[in-house]
Amino acid sequence: MTVAPRQHGLGANHDLDLRTQEHYEWLAAEADKNLDRLEAQDPVNDTTLDEVLKRRGISRRDFLKMSAVMTATLGLPPMFDLRVARAQEVATRIPVIWQELQSCSGNSMALIRNANPGTDELLLDLISLEYAEILMAPSGQAAEDVLAASIEKYDGAYIAVFEGSVPVGDDGNFLTIGPAGETGVEKVEHIAKHAAAVIAAGSCSAYGGIPAARPNPTTAMGVGDFLASRGISKPVVNLPACPVSSTNVVGTILEYAMFGRLPSLDAYGRPLWAYQDRIHDKCERRGHFDAGEFVEGWTDIEGLKEGLCLFKVGCKGPMAYNNCGVVRYNEGASWPIMSGHGCIGCSEPGFWDTLTPFEVPLAGRLYSTPFGTDANADTIGTAVLGAAAAGVAIHAGATAIKAATEKRYEGQEKE
Amino acid sequence: MAAKHVIDPITRIEGHLRIEIEVDDTTNIVQEASSSSTAFRGFENIMRGRDPKDVGMFAQRICGVCTFHHYERGVEATEMAYGVTIPPNARSLRNLIWAAQAVNDHSTHFYQLHAMDWFDVVSALDADPVAATEIAHQFHATPYNASESHYTMVAQRLLAFVQSGQLGPFAGGYWGHPKYRLSPEENLIIASHYLDNLAVQRMSAKASAIFGGKNPHPQSMIVGGMTSARDGLDAHRIAEYQFLMQKSMDFVERAYLPDLEMIGRRYQTEALAGEGGGLRNYMSFGAMALDEQPWERRAHLLPAGLIIDRDMSTVHSVDPMKIAEEVSHSWYTYEGGSDSLHPLDGQTNPNYEGLNADGTLKTEGGYSWIKAPRYDGMPVEVGPLARMLIAYAAGDEAVQQVMDDFTTKINVPFEFWYSTVGRTIARGLETKVIGDAIPGLIGKLTNNVKSGDDRFYNQFEVKDGPGWAMGEAPRGALSHWLTVENGSVANYQAIVPSTWNASPKDGREQRGAYEAALVTQPMVDPTRPLEVVRTVHSFDPCLACAVHILNRDGEEIASFEVEV
Repeated sequence: MTVAPRQHGLGANHDLDLRTQEHYEWLAAEADKNLDRLEAQDPVNDTTLDEVLKRRGISRRDFLKMSAVMTATLGLPPMFDLRVARAQEVATRIPVIWQELQSCSGNSMALIRNANPGTDELLLDLISLEYAEILMAPSGQAAEDVLAASIEKYDGAYIAVFEGSVPVGDDGNFLTIGPAGETGVEKVEHIAKHAAAVIAAGSCSAYGGIPAARPNPTTAMGVGDFLASRGISKPVVNLPACPVSSTNVVGTILEYAMFGRLPSLDAYGRPLWAYQDRIHDKCERRGHFDAGEFVEGWTDIEGLKEGLCLFKVGCKGPMAYNNCGVVRYNEGASWPIMSGHGCIGCSEPGFWDTLTPFEVPLAGRLYSTPFGTDANADTIGTAVLGAAAAGVAIHAGATAIKAATEKRYEGQEKE
Repeated sequence: MAAKHVIDPITRIEGHLRIEIEVDDTTNIVQEASSSSTAFRGFENIMRGRDPKDVGMFAQRICGVCTFHHYERGVEATEMAYGVTIPPNARSLRNLIWAAQAVNDHSTHFYQLHAMDWFDVVSALDADPVAATEIAHQFHATPYNASESHYTMVAQRLLAFVQSGQLGPFAGGYWGHPKYRLSPEENLIIASHYLDNLAVQRMSAKASAIFGGKNPHPQSMIVGGMTSARDGLDAHRIAEYQFLMQKSMDFVERAYLPDLEMIGRRYQTEALAGEGGGLRNYMSFGAMALDEQPWERRAHLLPAGLIIDRDMSTVHSVDPMKIAEEVSHSWYTYEGGSDSLHPLDGQTNPNYEGLNADGTLKTEGGYSWIKAPRYDGMPVEVGPLARMLIAYAAGDEAVQQVMDDFTTKINVPFEFWYSTVGRTIARGLETKVIGDAIPGLIGKLTNNVKSGDDRFYNQFEVKDGPGWAMGEAPRGALSHWLTVENGSVANYQAIVPSTWNASPKDGREQRGAYEAALVTQPMVDPTRPLEVVRTVHSFDPCLACAVHILNRDGEEIASFEVEV
C-alpha cells in the first residue's frame, strides 16, 4: 500500500503539469501492473466478467459504456476505459467494511442512491460489502460475528469506510456499539488497524462535521485525526460533503482497484480527481459572476428565474472544493446551486462554524461567526481553515476572488 | 426463570439502538423488554448562538434517512418566531418534496430495511420461476417484472452470489428460521422486488432533488419560502417530477402493495394474535400542511389527533402543553424535585450510569440516552399506523377505503391493524394515499402559476421570541422548539418520532412503544431473535441520537435537548 506523491499544489495550474501524456502513461502502466497482480490472486469469485455480465443481462457494449462514464468521472482520458472495466471486474475481490459512528446515515443513503453502477450492481457484482449496518440482514451477536469473521478473513486486505465522527469525550461513552457495549473509539481502532486503507465518507467522518461544530459537546473528531492521535498509521482518504457524493465513494474504490493505491490527495486528504476544482470555477453560473449579474436577495425573483450568480445571497462556492457542479446529485437531477441556493461549503473542514451564517456573502464584509471570530475573507484561509499548506492556497484563491468581487460590487451591481 | 438477551446493534435502522429482552426459559415468551439509545451528538447545544435562519440546515443533519423533515421543521420554527408565512408556490414545492420523500422513505424502508424480516433469501433459491410467475399474478393482474425469464435471471444472480462465498449483506441472516412463512416462490418474488427497488427508489429521491437540489439533505428551503423558483416555474421540471413519481407509484401499485397482501395473508395468524401490537394510544401532529393557518387550525393531508385506548369512536385534539418528558429510566436527572417537565422547561443533566459488569443495561435505573416523552402522562405510538388509524377514525374517506379494502380482501377484522403486520401494511397503504395526492399537489402549483403568481418567498422582519413547529416525518410526530434572543438561537429542542416510540420506561414504569410491542412475544429461539427484530423494524427506527448538553470539558452547560 503506497500513496502516490502529491503532484501539485492547490490553486496552481495543475491541469497542465499533472495531466500530461507522460503522467498518464505512467498511471496506465501502474494500473496494468496492479490489475495483473489482482487477477493473479486467488480469486474469491472465479466467475469471469462475461458471466457476470450475462447474469446481469447487460451487453459488453453497455458495460464498456458504463466504464467510459466512470472513466470520465474519474477525470481520466479514454485510454483508461478498458482499465476501468478490468477494475470493475477485479473489484469483486475487494471486501468493504462500512461502520457508522456519530452519523445520521445520510452517507449510507447517498451510497444506495448511486447510479451506474447502481446499488444492486454494487452489492452483487462490484464490491463485497461485508459489513454495513444500514443494509445487512443480521442484528446483534450475529452481526458482530459477521464483523469479526470478515476482519479475520480479510485481515489487512479490506477497505474500512467510516461514516460519522468519533466521540472521544467522556471516555468514549457517547457512542457504544455491540453486545459488549464497545465504544465507538474502540471500534474505529480495531477496524482501522486491520484494514488496508481507510475511507472517511462524509464531512463528519472526514473532519468531525456537525458533532464537532462549536462547542463540540462530545469532543468529536474526524477519523483521520483520531487515528493519528492514537498513533495508528493507515492511509486515509477523506471524502467530505454532507452527505458525500456517492460517485466519489465508488470512484475512489475503483481507483484503488485499478492502481492498487489510494488516489493523489490534497492537503486535506481529499482525492484530487474529485476535489481539485473549486465549486466556483466549475459553476454553471460562473458566467453571471464574471458579468456581475447577481441574485440581489430572495425577493429578486427575476434573478432566481434567470439563474444569476448566488454570491450575494451567501454562496460559498469560492471557498469550497468538490465536483458537485460537474457530477451533480441524484443522477444529475440537480445540485444546490442549480436549485437556487448558494453552496454552503460542506466539503470544507469546519464549515459549520467558518462558513456560517449561510445566507451572508463572504467578501466585502467582516467575517463574523456567532462565536466572535472576526476576520475578513482575506484571512479566512489562515485564521479559520487552519491547516497551513492548503490554507495558504485557499487564501490566495479567496484573495483573488475577493478582489474581483469587490470590484464588481463597486462597479457593476445591478441597479 | 427468565434469561436476558442483548440485541445490539439493531441493524437496518438509522442510528444506534440496543434492545434487551428477558425470555422465560420454559415458555420462550418475552417477559420484559428494554430499549436503549446508545449514541449521542449534542445538537441543540451546537444550535445555540447560531443565526436562526441557519437552524433548518443544521437540524436537517439530525437524520439522513428522513432527510428534509428536520430541515422543514427547523425552518418552520424560525418562521413562527419571525411571524412569517410562505406563498402558495413555496408551500407546493415543500409538499412535493415531502410527498416524494415519503414515498421514497416508505418503500425503501420496506424493501431495504424491513423485507428481510419477512422473506428468506436462501429459500428463494429453491423457487420455480414458472410457479413464481403464476403466484405473482394471483396478487396483481399485471405484476411488476413478473415473468419466467425475469425470475430465472434473479434466481441465477442470487445463486451465483451465494456461491461466490462473499454473501455481503445477506451473510449471517436468520435464514431458515421457522417464523419465515413464505413459500420459495413468494420469497423469490419479494427478493426480486428487493433488487428492483434498489433502482426504483432512486427515482423518488431524484424527484425530490428536482425541487430540493439534492437528496439526502436537500438545500433549497429558506425562512420565508423556497429558492428553487426556477424549477418550480419550469414545465419540463414539473413534468420530470411527475413522471418520476408516476413510475415510483407504479412500482408501489404493482410490487409493494401486492407483496404486502402476500404478507398480510401468510402472517395473518401472528397479526390476529396481536403480536407486536403494543401500546393502545396513537398520536399524530398532522402530515403535510395544506395552508398557512396556525397549527391548531391548519388543514393537513392526514389529520392531527389522538386515539386513546384504541377507542376509534373519538379522535381527541392534541394540546402541545400536555407533552412532558420524564427521566426516571434515562441517563439524566432533573433538579428541583420534579419528575416530569414540559419540553419548554426541560432540563438535561446527564447522568451516565454505565452498564452492568456483564455488559447488560442497568434497567433498574437509567438505561438510555433517550428520555421518556409522554402525552398527558400516557405513552403513545406515533408513525404511519397512528396516522392511518387517526385519519380513519376522523372520517378520511381515502384512508377508510384503502384500509377497508385490504381487510375485506384478506377477510380479517379491524383488530388486524393492532399488530406488527398491521403496522407494516399501514405504512404501505399510506404510501398509496400520499402518492394518490401528488397529481392534486402538482395541479395546485401549476394552477397558481397559471394565475400569474410567481412568488416563492415572503419578506419578514427578524425578531426575538419563541417559535415552534409540529408536523409529521414518515416515522411519526416531529416537533422542534426554538427561542430567539438578541437575534440568535438561545435554545433549541426537538422531540422526534423515535423518541416517542423507542422511549424507555417512565416513573410509573409504563413501557415505551417498542418495549410494549415486544412483551408477550413468543420466541422460537431467543438467540436468533427474528421476531424481535421484525417488530422493532416495523416502527422504522430512526435513532441518530438522544442528546444532552456537555461542553468540551464534560461539564453541563445547558438545559435542553434534541433527541433523534
